[in-house]
Amino acid sequence: MSNDAISARGDLRLTRITKSYGDFTAVDDLTLTIPKGSFFALLGPSGCGKTTTLRMVAGLEEPTVGSIHLGDTDITTTRPYQRPINTVFQNYALFPHLSIFENIAFGLRRRGIKDVKEQVDKVLNLVELPHLAERKPTQLSGGQQQRIALARAIVNRPALLLLDEPLGALDLKLRRQMQIELKWIQREVGLTFVHVTHDQEEAMTMADTIAVMNEGRIEQMGSPADLYDDPETAFVANFLGQSNLIKGKIDGNDGDNLVVDIFGQKISMPKKRSHAVDNSMYAGIRPEKFRISLVGTPTRGNTLTGGHIEDVSYIGVSTQYVVAMPWGQELMVFEQNDDGVAPFDKGDEVVISWEPTFTFGLRGDENIDAGTEVNPEEPAEE
Amino acid sequence: MKIGKARVPYLLLLPGFAFLFTFFILPIINLAQTSTQTPVAGGDTGEYEQSFAFSNYINAFIDNREQFGRSFLYATLATIFALAIAYPLAYAIAFKSGKFKNILLVLVVAPFFTSFLLRTVAWKQILGEEGFVVPTLRSLHVISEQTTLTSTAFAVVAGMTYNFLPFMTLPLYASLERIDPRTIEASGDLYANGLTTFRRVTVPLSMPGVVAGTLLTFIPAAGDYVNAAILGSPNTKMIGNVIESRYFKIVDYPTAAALSFTLMAAILILVTLYIRKAGTEELV
Repeated sequence: MSNDAISARGDLRLTRITKSYGDFTAVDDLTLTIPKGSFFALLGPSGCGKTTTLRMVAGLEEPTVGSIHLGDTDITTTRPYQRPINTVFQNYALFPHLSIFENIAFGLRRRGIKDVKEQVDKVLNLVELPHLAERKPTQLSGGQQQRIALARAIVNRPALLLLDEPLGALDLKLRRQMQIELKWIQREVGLTFVHVTHDQEEAMTMADTIAVMNEGRIEQMGSPADLYDDPETAFVANFLGQSNLIKGKIDGNDGDNLVVDIFGQKISMPKKRSHAVDNSMYAGIRPEKFRISLVGTPTRGNTLTGGHIEDVSYIGVSTQYVVAMPWGQELMVFEQNDDGVAPFDKGDEVVISWEPTFTFGLRGDENIDAGTEVNPEEPAEE
Repeated sequence: MKIGKARVPYLLLLPGFAFLFTFFILPIINLAQTSTQTPVAGGDTGEYEQSFAFSNYINAFIDNREQFGRSFLYATLATIFALAIAYPLAYAIAFKSGKFKNILLVLVVAPFFTSFLLRTVAWKQILGEEGFVVPTLRSLHVISEQTTLTSTAFAVVAGMTYNFLPFMTLPLYASLERIDPRTIEASGDLYANGLTTFRRVTVPLSMPGVVAGTLLTFIPAAGDYVNAAILGSPNTKMIGNVIESRYFKIVDYPTAAALSFTLMAAILILVTLYIRKAGTEELV
């Protein structure tokens, strides 16, 4: 079996995986299929089980229960060095005693590949660092080390490339640049990338499919746009971007729409975007979907009246408002600074409006703070 | 008085320099002078005068070349054995000991709480007729009924291996402990099995510890005389024993001094060659 494993190809299937450490369950009955050739992100706060999942796929941990298949081959207990899987480690884990060339050649040499020089040169060109071949890892900048770690993994053309918070140690600007580059390299080499991150922006920029993990389970899986526009849980709504979640009550139907009563004001939203299980619901609206108008000016779509501007922060591309509503909730509103209209001032009496189709509905018994208490910028140390 | 900032480093160096000057440089100069002296004609035992007799060196070396050879042979053997014992030990402490790490480290240095001499004398008991080693080996027919272990080269090398083991273990532990476990994982991830990972990653990354440990063992072992004096016989005399007896028994200061310098030079040359070969400056 072990000899088959190294040449296994195909979709990665995790079936009912559980990983426990004593009383603590890091991964809880997880089932997941990652299609061949996709750029897949496991997104979640630190401690959500995403790194443990990745380590089980790499073979560095063994699941307590469940199985892992690559194509038709069961690799659940296969040793890491017998899996056609390579990892870009969080802090790169380059070999400090070897040159960059030898770092990249390491996997090729272990497998007895013949044209080592040619392949290493090719991948060094791909990451645009051919001139660094003879240097030692410590002589490279963080961004360069990151690329070498990537080169060291992809030179083996694995069935699966695992990226464990690969950009966590880079500064913001470099991180943005590397996000785009990684995406480009993935298309170029056509490998399956599984990317673990706590950074929702990073996941959204790069991945075709994102699985949002929380407390060892997958909360929701889908394309970045699906997750952002139609989150199914408060955790996803809050962890991916920001959301305004307003307590409401379903008050009837209107064709394909639901009528929702928000503290006495009626709004409408598409039925298919409601995940409520009974009459109680949280209506969710992203801050940038709101429009603000002064009382008395015409509005379109859903409206909520009685608010006043509580706080204004100008951040260049947009202005962020905090609007206090009559029922005591403060709503976040982002307005693009593209219309030349003078921004609103603190204390202005305003009406909030938005297109009904942008509304999503969550179960009324959700904890609306789920996913907000975690700091997504904090590096995950698991 | 205001002290310029640039002078602070020199002031910090001063106490150490003063100490080494008084207790190392001056005695060395004195030793160098002594090494080329010859006995005063018609003088008492121990009366010497300066005559720049560099032939002292040649005579001292020729007369004692056997002991020189033995010193380096025993020191090399003790270093190899200490490395063979200390590497697995340090590896286990660094990677596998979990919460017992600190206790094990204390145990490694625990022998230092007893006197070096006492521990060496204890080895005489262990390897003696009444100890458990000899009867056990005899009953297993590993050694014959006539063979004894005390007063042998085996006992001397065993004693030195034991006495210098902590000097080997601690630097090895320090460099193994510094290895990022992710580089070990990365090696496995890149198709290297356990043995290959050990050879290609763990050992090269622990080289600074190997170099430091072997030097800290070899250098004092080559000059040691306590182990040979207590556990050896006249046939296992090392150069340290010769220097000791020349100084304190025969009162032949010039020969003792010349031997000391020759030993120092030999060790310096060997160590320089070794460090060149091991290439420690390459390892960060």
